Amino acid sequence: MKPNILIITGYGLNCEAESRQAWNMAGAETSLVHLNDLIEQPARLHDAQGLMFIGGFSYGDHMTSGHVFAQRVKHRLQEELARFIAEEKIILGVCNGFQTMTKIGLLPGVDGKYFEQSVALMHNDCGTFQDFWIHVCFEEESPCVFTRDLGPMMLPIRHGEGKLFTLDQGLLDEMEAKHCVACRYIDPATEQPTQEFPHNPNGSLNAIAGLCDPTGRLFGLMPHPEAFLFPENHPHWEQQHLWNEAPAQGDGLKLFQNAVDYLNG
Amino acid sequence: MPTRIEIGLKRGVKDARGNAVVKKAKGFLNLPLRACRTRDVYKLDVRLSRKELTEVRKAFTDPVVAQSAVNRLYVPVFDWLVEVGFKPGVTDNVGRTARALAEDVLNRKLDDGEQVATAVQYFFKGDQLTRGQMLNMARQLLANTLIQTIGIFSPEEWAAHSVDAELPKMPDVPVEVKTYDLSGPDQELLRISREGILSLSLAEMQAIRDYYLRPDIQAARARHGLPVDRPTDLELEALAQTWSEHCSHKIFAAEVDYEDEHGRRETIQSLFKTYIRGATEKVAEQIDWLVSVFVDNAGVIRFNDHLNVTFKCETHNSPSALDPYGGAITGIVGCNRDPMGTGMGSELLCNTWGYCLGSPFYEGEVPEGLFHPRIIRDGVHHGVIDGGNQSGIPYARGFECFDDRYIGKPLVYCGTVGLLPAQINGNPSEEKQVLPGDLIVMAGGRIGKDGIHGATFSSEELRQESPAQAVQIGDPITQRKLYEFIIEARDQGLFRAITDNGAGGLSSSVGEMAEFSGGMDMDLTHAPLKYAGMQPWEMYLSEAQERMTLAVQPEKIEAFLALAARRDVEATALGTFTDSGEMIIRYQDQVIARLDMEFLHDGCPRMRIPALWRKPSPPTPKPSRKGLCNRHLIELMARLNVCSKEYKARMYDHEVKGRTVMKPFTGVQCDIPGDATVLLAEYDTKEGIVVADGINPFYSDLDAYAMAQSCVDAAVRRIISVGGRLDRIAALDNFCWPDPVLSEKTPDGPYKMAQLVRANKGLYDITTAYLTPLISGKDSMKNDSVRGGRKISIPPTLLISTVGKMDDIRRAVSLSFKEPGDLIYVVGLTKNELGASEYFRMLAEEQGTPEHCGGFVPEVNIPEALATYRAMQCAVEQGLLRSSHTPTLGGLGAGFALCALGGDLGTEIDLSAVPCEPDMEPEAILFSESNSRFIVTCRPEKAAALEAVFEGVPLARVGQVADSGELYVTGGMGKNVVHARLNTLRASFKKTLDGI
Repeated sequence: MKPNILIITGYGLNCEAESRQAWNMAGAETSLVHLNDLIEQPARLHDAQGLMFIGGFSYGDHMTSGHVFAQRVKHRLQEELARFIAEEKIILGVCNGFQTMTKIGLLPGVDGKYFEQSVALMHNDCGTFQDFWIHVCFEEESPCVFTRDLGPMMLPIRHGEGKLFTLDQGLLDEMEAKHCVACRYIDPATEQPTQEFPHNPNGSLNAIAGLCDPTGRLFGLMPHPEAFLFPENHPHWEQQHLWNEAPAQGDGLKLFQNAVDYLNG
Repeated sequence: MPTRIEIGLKRGVKDARGNAVVKKAKGFLNLPLRACRTRDVYKLDVRLSRKELTEVRKAFTDPVVAQSAVNRLYVPVFDWLVEVGFKPGVTDNVGRTARALAEDVLNRKLDDGEQVATAVQYFFKGDQLTRGQMLNMARQLLANTLIQTIGIFSPEEWAAHSVDAELPKMPDVPVEVKTYDLSGPDQELLRISREGILSLSLAEMQAIRDYYLRPDIQAARARHGLPVDRPTDLELEALAQTWSEHCSHKIFAAEVDYEDEHGRRETIQSLFKTYIRGATEKVAEQIDWLVSVFVDNAGVIRFNDHLNVTFKCETHNSPSALDPYGGAITGIVGCNRDPMGTGMGSELLCNTWGYCLGSPFYEGEVPEGLFHPRIIRDGVHHGVIDGGNQSGIPYARGFECFDDRYIGKPLVYCGTVGLLPAQINGNPSEEKQVLPGDLIVMAGGRIGKDGIHGATFSSEELRQESPAQAVQIGDPITQRKLYEFIIEARDQGLFRAITDNGAGGLSSSVGEMAEFSGGMDMDLTHAPLKYAGMQPWEMYLSEAQERMTLAVQPEKIEAFLALAARRDVEATALGTFTDSGEMIIRYQDQVIARLDMEFLHDGCPRMRIPALWRKPSPPTPKPSRKGLCNRHLIELMARLNVCSKEYKARMYDHEVKGRTVMKPFTGVQCDIPGDATVLLAEYDTKEGIVVADGINPFYSDLDAYAMAQSCVDAAVRRIISVGGRLDRIAALDNFCWPDPVLSEKTPDGPYKMAQLVRANKGLYDITTAYLTPLISGKDSMKNDSVRGGRKISIPPTLLISTVGKMDDIRRAVSLSFKEPGDLIYVVGLTKNELGASEYFRMLAEEQGTPEHCGGFVPEVNIPEALATYRAMQCAVEQGLLRSSHTPTLGGLGAGFALCALGGDLGTEIDLSAVPCEPDMEPEAILFSESNSRFIVTCRPEKAAALEAVFEGVPLARVGQVADSGELYVTGGMGKNVVHARLNTLRASFKKTLDGI
């Protein structure tokens, strides 16, 4: 039986189509459920093995990105989410979904403490929304189930508030020690994490592009793997075709395939 | 008692918003600011216990990076504080979100009286800053005083200032229905029109007066208890709106007396019917993929057996001149509603945008009441960025066109491509129906005073007293919720017809839909309002955003309203469609308006406009000294109309939905604008949608006929260049013209009208030959400003937007050179066509005589162009092309440079090999802007096949791609024409607007 992924929609979220496509291509079933319907029928959550907070502009990014949506989820669905996590299911957040997950307090969840916000995703250092493709690498030692065995890849970023930040150096060290940093921005010339724009598009501390909790089952990232499902999404696909270097499928799909493999045991 | 909450970032947290203000103030105003810290202010008029207030404050605050306090947060060290809030009645989107959050925290619905308003504080540090400087900066960079308030405080003043928690409130005025006495003399009729911003001419006012003198009308009015011989305010306003140039396109419908340069006269019965619809009707005889044209909010064409494509482009010029941010965001979200309201409702695939603006570096005097073009540019970009990004719609194409004649009125084009399943619930999706008895339902945002008189106001030139309420601010999130709800309701079959509320609001949308059934009976008593104190005519005319009007079957209304409630979308039944032939409006048990539908829609007297064509012949610039091509090419790449616009464009989302294949920027470094954009139509096939455009107002200065044809040719050949099909291109025409109607203030009207006639003729001749149907369009005909006692008129401007099809996106070809050794060909004939070209305008400006840019304007040789495009198609189908680019501004010179920069590869060109007219100088070959040409490359082993495909079409091998990092162009016999490093060219191309 295919695992079922519940995708929450509504209030200005807008990546439902490509997110659904990604999971379907990876071999999962998907249900798109409006947040209001989920609040009305929270049991629907437990029919799913995975949950996705998608990208978009929930509440127009007003009062900082993901903030108001996170508050609504936290007020209405906290108990259900706690149960979902306890049942060892998976949650993915992309872009606005990552912002939402940090603001609900699902990430980084060090010490198994959820539902208290401990890190922020704030305005890019450059001060504006940015859309371009960046290079990321995935940390081998991270427990993240989405990023296992993945080499560096290019993915698009499109956000105005993606700078991972905290004033608490101790927390940052702990996140690193527990390998919660699953994904970093790198400079393609050196293949090393970088703080320099544009390779690090937002000034994120430790070049953090994505975080998981210590279990590796909850994961959020700013880049959009669901926008790289087809080889022709890549900005250099023409050249890749000419040199026969084009992948059979978009690299972004691999994150979803990893998750489905995990759920399929 | 209202309460105030202040939220600021903690110490040690970077304030990106504040830093951006410092950067702008330094860069644009040379203001010696050292630092800026910002804070958000929320003013709550909500019933709260002390405990609840704390909960709300905490919920508003990010605990990691921010801190907050009720009343006053600790005051930082500063030199000046600027606080920016909203004026009463202005849309406060953040306030609306904060209110929703408060509802979640309090776990109850707030009532209409409970509101949340926002303001932003900027704490500045800097030496010797004066209050005057701060006020000037605030007006230029932080606030638009038309809609916002500015408070400026020194530290002492702020310490002494009481805590301001008052929300902006609209004054509550009693509801009253006025009537107009039209029995006075002509000048009295004109006074009523002028003072009411009705934009009705004397003939139109007289027609209205005469209508009310008809006995049958008087009898009908008496039956409804209305004053028999005079219009109510709502009636007169509805007529003015329906008859406005903006809504009824009077100039395009007028009878035109045209005389050409040879003195030949002809009378044209409606430019629109003759040339626009006429062209499409002629094309329609030979193609079978037009589904619905000119009748709906957007044009509809068939894409494949189960999918239609809808496309519409609009302008939002006047509002963007008054409030660049608000005008532009409303432009894009407003345009989104067109495909959304087309047929049974389209899904939105991608946006396009384009702006015609004065130079951001303009140093002359800006007339009082107008913004500096740089401020307009910043605001317009910001608005469309927010509108498009927040709606989750990627942009496919964007352009900027600069000319200082746009200082009086910027042109803000916004377009949207939609996808419509060919069938919905078993019925053709393009068909809508309104039956008598169907309910009139308004869904989405509430009605406010925003945008009242927008339609009539945009039908006038910009005057000092142009109304502030003509400005609206879009709310993309309310619209996104509405959009998702509509698609859901559509698929459940919960309505019969839909249209959007744009210019003219309900008056326009309900009025149009009532034409289907033949009448309407509407009650405004329960219309949802943003605030009290609105007059019924204001409710009817309001252009408040994010609203759609639907016809809902009575048996579906319950399900419709229930779904709306679950999706957090407000929907209200306001009356019924009828077949009585009457428009009836009620308010609190009284009929306040009654008009014959026929008079409303067909009663406007027709205009008769003279047009006189005399071909202008400005001198050419003096020939340049020989041997300057290299320098000229480097300079030309940096010119505003050629240079990279990437800095701003990167702030627009172009990847959402994950369908882009050919992106707006292409090349190894992703920094060269592509010829056209290609998107996957569906995830599970390889069919592609191709989007392109063509615009060139400069050619209008020589001949609008050639201008129109050049625009169509560019928009078509760009699609051909990336590999789109020639036989599946559809186009939109958007005319923006200076007022072309002869009058005291427009003595040159007949010339401008003749330009319009010629543009239409050009459009007809080329689209009927190319078989490129015009499927939708719009015109904006009063783009003049008379502010500050100075008349500034835009150059006649036509934007052609095209949408095309590719059968397999894997065949798409970009402009970037791919590999050293590839052969470079030029396709098409280069002619001595430098009139109004980028090169001539550059020389003319350098010589201090900018108007001396005459010469031969680029024309289109239609049969030769078609042969070229067919050959290009074959080359794409056979996979012969490694790169393809079609030159426009800057000709082959700019074209070679862009292809080389795209591939980051050197290039060797022999200019003497380029197919051209005899005796052309190297600079003419390099910079001529002749139409219908391409620069293509192929592998050496494919050369013979390529040359065979182009048999009979001008084509020549002009060079090859090299491993050198240089663009090297010789003029035959080894004469060096251009020898530039790619780094130099790239720097020149990118520096002009970098960071601006």
